[in-house]
Amino acid sequence: MRQQPCNPSHFMKEYFFQDNMGKPMDRVDGRLKVTGGAKYSAEFELPNMSHGVLVGSTITKGRIKSIDTKAAERAPGVLAVLHYQNSPKVPGYVQAAHPTEPKPIGQQHRVFYDEQVYFNDQPIAIVVADTLERARYAARLVKAQYEEEKHATSFPKHQGKAFLPTAAQRNPKHGLNDYVRGKADAYKGENLKIESEYVIPSEMHNPMELQSIIAHWEAPDRLTVYDKTQAVIGSQNAFAREWKIPVENVKVIATFVGGAFGNGLHTWPHETAAIIAAKKVNRPVKLMLTREQMFTMVGYRPFAWQKVGMSATPDGKITAITHEAIGQTSSYEEFTESTLQQTRMMYTSPNVTTRYRILPLDVSTPIWMRGPGEATGAFALESAMDEMAHVLKMDPLEFRLKNHTDRDPERNLPWSTKFLKEAMLMGAEKIGWNKRQLQPGSLRNGDWLVGYGMGVGTFGAHRNRASAKATMFADGRVVIQSATTDIGPGTGTVMVQIAADALGISPDKIIFELGNSLFPPAPSQGGSATVASVGSAVRDACIALKKKLASLTTGNADSGFRNAKYEDLTFQNGQISLTSSPGTKLSYTDVLKQQKLPEIEVTEESRPSNEERQKYSMYSFSVHFAEVQVHQLTGQVKVTKVVTCADAGKIVNKKTAGNQMIGGAVGGIGMALTEGAVIDDRFGRYVTKDFAEYHIPVHADTPDIDVVFVDKPDFINNAMGTKGIGEIAIIGVAPAITNAIFNATGKRINELPVTPDKLI
Amino acid sequence: MIPFQYVKPSKQKAAIDTVAKDDTAMFIAGGTNLVDLMKRGIMNPEKLVDINKLPLRKIEKEDGHVRIGALALNGAVAEDKLILEKHPLLSQALNAGASAQLRNMATVGGNIMQRTRCNYFYDTNLPCNKREPGSGCGALQGFNRMHAIFGHSDKCIAVNPSDMNVALVALDAVVLVSGPKGDRRIPFAEFHRLPGDTPQIHTNLQKGELITAVDIPEHPYTKHVNYLKVRDRTSYAFALVSVAAALDLDGSNIKSARLAMGGVAHKPWRLQEAEQFLAGKPATEASFRQAAEIAMRGAKAFEHNQFKLKLGPNTIVQALKNAAAAV
Repeated sequence: MRQQPCNPSHFMKEYFFQDNMGKPMDRVDGRLKVTGGAKYSAEFELPNMSHGVLVGSTITKGRIKSIDTKAAERAPGVLAVLHYQNSPKVPGYVQAAHPTEPKPIGQQHRVFYDEQVYFNDQPIAIVVADTLERARYAARLVKAQYEEEKHATSFPKHQGKAFLPTAAQRNPKHGLNDYVRGKADAYKGENLKIESEYVIPSEMHNPMELQSIIAHWEAPDRLTVYDKTQAVIGSQNAFAREWKIPVENVKVIATFVGGAFGNGLHTWPHETAAIIAAKKVNRPVKLMLTREQMFTMVGYRPFAWQKVGMSATPDGKITAITHEAIGQTSSYEEFTESTLQQTRMMYTSPNVTTRYRILPLDVSTPIWMRGPGEATGAFALESAMDEMAHVLKMDPLEFRLKNHTDRDPERNLPWSTKFLKEAMLMGAEKIGWNKRQLQPGSLRNGDWLVGYGMGVGTFGAHRNRASAKATMFADGRVVIQSATTDIGPGTGTVMVQIAADALGISPDKIIFELGNSLFPPAPSQGGSATVASVGSAVRDACIALKKKLASLTTGNADSGFRNAKYEDLTFQNGQISLTSSPGTKLSYTDVLKQQKLPEIEVTEESRPSNEERQKYSMYSFSVHFAEVQVHQLTGQVKVTKVVTCADAGKIVNKKTAGNQMIGGAVGGIGMALTEGAVIDDRFGRYVTKDFAEYHIPVHADTPDIDVVFVDKPDFINNAMGTKGIGEIAIIGVAPAITNAIFNATGKRINELPVTPDKLI
Repeated sequence: MIPFQYVKPSKQKAAIDTVAKDDTAMFIAGGTNLVDLMKRGIMNPEKLVDINKLPLRKIEKEDGHVRIGALALNGAVAEDKLILEKHPLLSQALNAGASAQLRNMATVGGNIMQRTRCNYFYDTNLPCNKREPGSGCGALQGFNRMHAIFGHSDKCIAVNPSDMNVALVALDAVVLVSGPKGDRRIPFAEFHRLPGDTPQIHTNLQKGELITAVDIPEHPYTKHVNYLKVRDRTSYAFALVSVAAALDLDGSNIKSARLAMGGVAHKPWRLQEAEQFLAGKPATEASFRQAAEIAMRGAKAFEHNQFKLKLGPNTIVQALKNAAAAV
């Protein structure tokens, strides 16, 4: 797979003192990862460790009548079998008599709280034993009797019961309310129009690393967990709330995270179950979910139905778009996502209507999955764009360029930066878009029909408050700490690059430490905001460190720097020099040695500017192109080429960012062609619960993927000029593939995944 | 998984005696299927008799056939020179199955014994007559996209998941077994059963009988062969439909043909009527289409696998086209 940087930007180069920014530096933890040296949550060993295994409900809705744990308790090595009748109470759980009055917007599932069953495979007990094998064996001996109630798990059957999320009902200004620009549903009265429905099944994140936790009560009010999470601070706060103990008494460690894609952004029943169990047995408890449990209790991309109506003038100007969506949620928690956001701001259309609804079912709560909401919405919007272009007999690229907007039409603000047009043209050239024929079914390769498709993606260029601590030692080493995580994008690596540039020292002198709640707070690794947020804090901490060095130097009566100001100094190659007289220089290590300081240390917090965010609309953009071949007789689809292009500001590391883009494209192939979880509605139970039945794409499904970066900085967003990339890497990929399938075959399949049976 | 005993005898007789005498004992070789089933509580042997010490690993040419030892690894057979030369259809079928890692663990005998991947068989909390006789067939009115269109009963509509078996049935292979009552040879087509009223009985193997080898008789299908597997992803997925096609061509005419399907029945599904139709016909798409229509006679689909009624014949046509074009 190749990565192709395009037109590397040279302007504002002065912001980068060194040249580490943009370099395809190898991952700082790459060696550890490939040699098994990286330690994931479940790999820690603590003295006196015990092992927990969850027992799941076998009904979907109802109540537990009785639970027989005798055989399990008698089994060898078993330390405890806990369930709602004997579990230590979680003090932070809202206490209410059964049946609970559901809170208006719901609440997280309270594990072992009462006899109520809300979804199939809901944890109803935990067995703790001295070894994993013994716990697993005993877990099979726990038998529950239920009083079953009629459940609702079929989305299509209950679709009519969808409603506006409570948060929007309560607040007319909430972003999830219906949106109308111009005239509502204006497409209906137009001549040239399309109207289509789209269905995406539930998709599971299924990162390689299973969800795991080691819960250890170091004292009755001091909890340490080794947890698979994307948010060490978020988990720390959640557990402190649950157990009503001071936040600083909870330590969360997630040094390495083996992929997550969003399902580590929430705390889940298994985590609390392990903490409960550790409390009861007074030993550390290790709990790792099975692959089957990864399908039932740690979130998923919700099943969604959508409908798009669109109209245009004969020469290709969009006149109206209506986009409606219904997303699945659980019966106890209202999960929402911004499925329709892009429809409000992507194209110039004077009339836009969006309506978002949710449908609670007797399932576990969904959670953001890569490109959350937007990836779902983009499948509908970008398919509709292709359908409209087809009606207009217009090239879909030309159609998009014609409706490109240079201002945010929703907020009526300028973009901070937007180079989507450039990305489209670069990508089109790279895929060979000129080979595409307007008439579907025109191109062939033997028995295979060949087609080309494209899809656009966007995601808010978010930035949040974050902090970092930087310590410089007398030997020149710098250690930077921040309580962010690295779920795979290469956070540790790019932070080292940012710090190396900001400090003017070599990256090999810098260690970046993350994944520990003792470090200065940082937001969860989600929403494509880590580099902008944590990177800014790292950069600010490095600048503060330089100022400290400067003050130590210029305050020294003996030095040639006496009375020099920070602005007069250059920090390069580990040395401070007078910009006006480069011969006057002093190495950082000498500064510390002269002052007899073993180290200097700073902690900085960095916040986005609200003022700028009121003046500009900030988004990352992507466009993906796919070439596919479809077998005429068997319906097999081969994605033969993908070109994936990002307008995501300055790219800090083309290698790790390229990895993210490739991963997003592979995720998009899965979304388009292979992934979909199936519930047998009679039982309310998933029947596709392993990798043999739930198909994540394999290497053989993955073609040559070319990555194109516009690589133009957005300095309005932050001083490094970066914007997020994780989400836009997948948003718009699925429609690029299904649009290519349409171009190849003339068949438009609007229900994902497009498996061979749908194409024969 | 329940606690179990594990023994590894070095004599075939000892292995057979152990399993014959103990109702809870099972043979294990590669373990790529059985261990999964044990972890999920679908099969619960209390004793595992590991046969890996037995000398059953050779692939040899003998008089009139090639003999493949039961412990020969799927990966090794697929790459074997003799197999590639004499039975390329088998090699193609093996390489279409599982993943390289699994093929390097799984044995030929184990592949023959592989259990269905029916979603209901795999979840001990759902009904399945095969796993728990009398509990009902979950798939019949459930999610039956992967299920049978031939030879099913109202007790079971599961399919045999093996690719290798499809090639072996097409090639008239013979399974050699050894048991407490001595040795016998079972024609491949008679090895697996249709579900009928007893879907829990998977094969015609008797208690204590051990597969020791597979014989593939000599045949002329060494060039114009194709194993075509249509699946939901390009590798590491079970077949929606697969076809093993072999042609003996005289110029552009078919002297004889072999045809079998996978993913359509409780056993690898040989299509003899279609084979007979093809004999003497020109190797054209029109002949292949007619043969495919003959092959599909009697097919009956369910709610989610209707597509197999079209994908089946299409795949037959394409496999025959590929076989005819093979060089």
